[in-house]
Amino acid sequence: MNTVLLWAGTFALFCFALALACAATRLLLGPTPQDRVLALDTMYINGMLIILVLGMHFRNDLYFDIALLMAMFGFVSSAAMAKFLLRGEVIQP
Amino acid sequence: MSELPLWVTIPASLLLILAGIMTLIGSAGLLRLNRFYPRMHAVTLGNTMGVGCIVLATILVASTLSGWLVLRPLLILALLILVSPITAILLMRAGVRRDPRRPVPEE
Repeated sequence: MNTVLLWAGTFALFCFALALACAATRLLLGPTPQDRVLALDTMYINGMLIILVLGMHFRNDLYFDIALLMAMFGFVSSAAMAKFLLRGEVIQP
Repeated sequence: MSELPLWVTIPASLLLILAGIMTLIGSAGLLRLNRFYPRMHAVTLGNTMGVGCIVLATILVASTLSGWLVLRPLLILALLILVSPITAILLMRAGVRRDPRRPVPEE
């Protein structure tokens, strides 16, 4: 791996970790439940970005599939929690 | 170890740095803004830009290293573009419904 690209990736990883800490703080002290759901949504997207940058560092294609799975399951969980906040039940009869 | 040429290294590094800064701005806005609707706007801006830049950089580096065009990371970008407005709409409707300042309840 090129040195410039390695340092750029390290900087990006640092930024993503800081963003993850910001979202975790909002998750802990968010006043309303929808704030907490939004913070969780941000947290899984930041984790997926970290996985993508790690895949670029280690030159492994498996990380793309892991990121895809994280995006899919994160969407499902966020949509289920938002639906629960909206109606009080996840699946309407 | 094959070495990357210069015309791949510089755009990929710029895209990585831009993605990091954008995501950090979005999450700092999530922490700093004072109400629910501005928080939602900040997060949407940061995450769309960050994911787009990272996917472009990944495509650039993987295509140069393997010798053919690798388009599999575009699947992640397509999925997120398709899916994140649905989450935003559901969360926004939940926020509007649970807003204590809403004057007249529905139904």
